Amino acid sequence: MKLKIPNIDKNQFLNEIGDIARFTARFFREVSKPKQEYREFINQCYWVGYKTLTLVGVTAFIMGLVLTIQSRPTLVEFGAESYLPSMVSVSLIREIAPVITALICAGKIGSGMGAELGSMRVTEQIDAMEVSGTNPFKYLVVTRVMAATLMVPVLSSLANAISLYGGYLGVNIRGQVSWHLYWFQVFGVLDFSDMLPSLVKTFFFGFAIGIIGTYKGYNSTKGTEGVGRSATTAVIVASLLVFIIDLIAVQITDILGLT
Amino acid sequence: MEKDLKPVIMVKNINKSFGENHVLRDFSMEVLPGENLVILGKSGSGKSVLIKCIINLIQPDSGQIIVLDHGINELDQDELDRLRAKVGFLFQSNALYDSMTVRENLEFPLRIHWTKEERAKNAENAVKEALEDVGLAHTVNMMPSELSGGMRKRIALARALILNPSVILYDEPTTGLDPITAREISELMVEVQKKYNATSVIISHDMNCIRITSNRVIMLIDGRCYADDTYDNLRLSKDPKIREFFD
Repeated sequence: MKLKIPNIDKNQFLNEIGDIARFTARFFREVSKPKQEYREFINQCYWVGYKTLTLVGVTAFIMGLVLTIQSRPTLVEFGAESYLPSMVSVSLIREIAPVITALICAGKIGSGMGAELGSMRVTEQIDAMEVSGTNPFKYLVVTRVMAATLMVPVLSSLANAISLYGGYLGVNIRGQVSWHLYWFQVFGVLDFSDMLPSLVKTFFFGFAIGIIGTYKGYNSTKGTEGVGRSATTAVIVASLLVFIIDLIAVQITDILGLT
Repeated sequence: MEKDLKPVIMVKNINKSFGENHVLRDFSMEVLPGENLVILGKSGSGKSVLIKCIINLIQPDSGQIIVLDHGINELDQDELDRLRAKVGFLFQSNALYDSMTVRENLEFPLRIHWTKEERAKNAENAVKEALEDVGLAHTVNMMPSELSGGMRKRIALARALILNPSVILYDEPTTGLDPITAREISELMVEVQKKYNATSVIISHDMNCIRITSNRVIMLIDGRCYADDTYDNLRLSKDPKIREFFD
């Protein structure tokens, strides 16, 4: 049987990168113009932030709990059980909580934006907005990207706190550490160089998720099939970008000596 | 129709291609004030592209389009938006905003073209009047998903009317509707045209709709104007290409 290798068009790939760059440049042009859609921005903050909070919260809690339970045996083996809160907190704050939050947002927000705008494109709602004199890019894209850029760091910060609480419960399943001692150990090991890079990169995660989700939806074609494809590719590309940004962020923190 | 009237819409020698597909070829037409002009043609003949060129949703490759004395391709965005306030557009798919109620759908065009004070003072009445014109005043707080196909079409028409447009463009207004509803929509279009004294350009291949609404019919074949006459004259034509639509 002959194996069929999928044909990857290099030009199409480069064109797509060029289109995303142009789309991003247009975002910055539109965001700098006066008359912003504040009401729609608040509305999007509600959908992106509040409506994702439960999912992020539950995941963060389980993440903190599981990481603590999984890490304990190794630390016990080396007689370093007392370092459990410190180790878990550094892992959660620096890497795991922001990245997992961003991946959840890429899945929920990215696909939501891709599907919503894609559906609006194929049912001519975006054209109807343009005909009515509204700038659909500003109304639909700018508000969503701004909301994602602002809300993903907020969600990530809440995920940090909730995951640390999960860690506290995890520590106390087998051991016994008081509430005060746990937080004393957590904040004893965390400092500015752990918190700031972790927070800054989440703004970039949010921006990337917003741009990719809206780009895929806004440029959706080929009817309902295209809407599904927009939602799926939005999640895939946004998730990949989260890892790429994380990799770059680690390199930059390393160069700046913040590790 | 008086011959010395100044055309509301002038389309001069426009061409539009998508890749190798030449959709409009050197197409020209004029629409006089108060006229109900129907553009008739098969699917893919360029009807929808033409109407979208008129409102500048699609830019022609060459040629000129003048709407209400403005060269549509020469306007900046603000001027274009102001002109669009005078042109209502009924989309084939209705294009109602799914996430908004009927009231919010109708108020949406007002937020750009009316001041905050004007909206606070007059929006309620404008919405009410537009909905009464299409016979659906009771749907004001409903979502588009709660409405039937015919009701959505009427609401879309109400949204197109809310700014009292001088020109209304209809893109296949009866497509997807049952014959009774299609007839009701066609009759509503005539009523609206009389009440608002608007000029209409109607894209259609529904012969009943054309019979009810048209003063004049332009037949578009292969991107060119093949015939330009009244419905009754075209119906009596023996040209086989024209007869295809009537037989």
